[in-house]
Amino acid sequence: MKILVCISNVPDTTSKINFTEGDTKFDTNGVQFVINPNDEFGLTRAMWFKEKQAATVHVVTVGGAQTEPTIRKALAIGADEAIRINAEPTDGFFVARQLAEVVKNGGYDLVIAGRESIDYNGGMVPGILATLLDMNFVNTCISLEIDGTNAIAMREIDGGKEKISTTLPLVIGGQKGLVEESDLRIPNMRGIMMARKKALNVVEPVEAPKPTEDQKFEKPAAKGPVKLVDAENIDELVNLLHNEAKVI
Amino acid sequence: MLRILTNWSIYYITKLKSFKNQNQKNMSVLVYTESDKGKFKKNAFEVASYAYKVAQELGETVTAISINSDNEDSLGTYGVSKVVKVTNEQLGTFNAKAYANAIAQVAEAESAKVIIISSSADTKFLAPILTAKLNAGYVPNVVAAPESTSPFVVKRTAFSNKGFAHTAISSEIKIIGVSNNAYGAHENTVSASVEDFSPSLSDSDFATKSVEVDKVVGKATIADADVVVSGGRGLKGPENWGMIEELADVLGAATACSKPVSDLGWRSHGEHVGQTGKPVASNLYIAIGISGAIQHLAGVSASKTKVVINNDPEAPFFKAADYGIVGDAFEVVPKLIEKLKEFKAQNA
Repeated sequence: MKILVCISNVPDTTSKINFTEGDTKFDTNGVQFVINPNDEFGLTRAMWFKEKQAATVHVVTVGGAQTEPTIRKALAIGADEAIRINAEPTDGFFVARQLAEVVKNGGYDLVIAGRESIDYNGGMVPGILATLLDMNFVNTCISLEIDGTNAIAMREIDGGKEKISTTLPLVIGGQKGLVEESDLRIPNMRGIMMARKKALNVVEPVEAPKPTEDQKFEKPAAKGPVKLVDAENIDELVNLLHNEAKVI
Repeated sequence: MLRILTNWSIYYITKLKSFKNQNQKNMSVLVYTESDKGKFKKNAFEVASYAYKVAQELGETVTAISINSDNEDSLGTYGVSKVVKVTNEQLGTFNAKAYANAIAQVAEAESAKVIIISSSADTKFLAPILTAKLNAGYVPNVVAAPESTSPFVVKRTAFSNKGFAHTAISSEIKIIGVSNNAYGAHENTVSASVEDFSPSLSDSDFATKSVEVDKVVGKATIADADVVVSGGRGLKGPENWGMIEELADVLGAATACSKPVSDLGWRSHGEHVGQTGKPVASNLYIAIGISGAIQHLAGVSASKTKVVINNDPEAPFFKAADYGIVGDAFEVVPKLIEKLKEFKAQNA
């Protein structure tokens, strides 16, 4: 089984978000970049496929040279090879088109992507990719088992979960549940050394339109101070929620 | 100079009018109104209201596509002029590819250039498939009516609710995913005509099959609930969730939890709200024993009113909340349940 894990290079979840250049760009100053958490669950699941079912695991990202430390980390965790598509990932359809080229040329059976990146939250790349290549697709995937060419996936739905049966070739939009937080791996020294010798192939993007463009950003409006209610005076809270906030 | 300007503007106005007239035939804003067991979901009326607003801006009307739903007339209340009704046994269980294919066929038949959809888990599943089929531009998580329609610019959340983006869509077909509980449902009563439509579906549309659905019945979900009651590590253990569930029951609320709680296995992942869990956009969010890490605050920031109950007055959540009680949750919550029951009895 040949697996491709798609990785986004995103600001660490603890990052404070600021914008620059007249609020037209995300301010990367002082920001630590990491593997997108939704992708990292998928990467770890792919490692299990590698260890238990002898899968080959490649990782891919769409981004400039500054994303290489993130993709090297994926190699240090255990991916066999990496591909970087040398383009700025500013539009989901564009990114999916780039990935489609890699998937088509690489003959992958399974593509694992995160359900969304935690920066631009498009949530569209895996689904568009699957549709462009006529592969099966399961979104918000929280467990995945593969036997031959058959796949059993669990997906999160509003208020519960759904078991899905499908076949390879398959694309999933994954999230926590594929593996647990405690299953995530920190690269060890041996992994880091080995990662230096693994291939990181840089390919140029194909021509593709970008139907959407973020023109400007803004931060949420500052909030007023909290109204404190005495713990002995719960009636006051009920009163505020009813008469002031009008939510009960 | 003035005359030149006037001539120019007349020229442009005439040109715009003729452009509109040419396109008015059969052009509509399409909205996918989602239902569950035949009944429209709350978000169906929100997206219909949003579609009505867009249609007004464009001088068009709203066409809705409904799949296996019963009460089409109710859509007219929210500005839908025409309902394209799909009744199909194969679509009895949600199937993203087949649903996307049905919606794409209706979009083509109606020459829809703008398609409005919700942010439910099912719709977010079918949206990228629809986007690829129609070669469209898709913007999810939209929180307000378009800022302009030429160019088409919408405001959406980004950076997991830590910011907003103003996003332009340049493709011929535009798909807008409206965030839950953001634009709201607004009544604009028109009379809705209903037309049946049979999509042509093939086996390949059903290559992913639903085997089993495990869903809480009769309880509010985090996505739909007006009120969400959420517990954190301050509750000390899963055995103490009884009062969280009771408070949720009294309020008709959904229950949620912080990331450490789901990582510890005290509650299921489905309840984890925050940056890497589910976003919350309820009218009221009550955080109990949750300190308020930046990732958690981002995930719940779209909630309109936030209440925090925590024994640590320095907990970051107090900076993000509207109302706060500094106190022991094990004393405060039972009292709050009691007071809310009294309130409900008085206001019943």
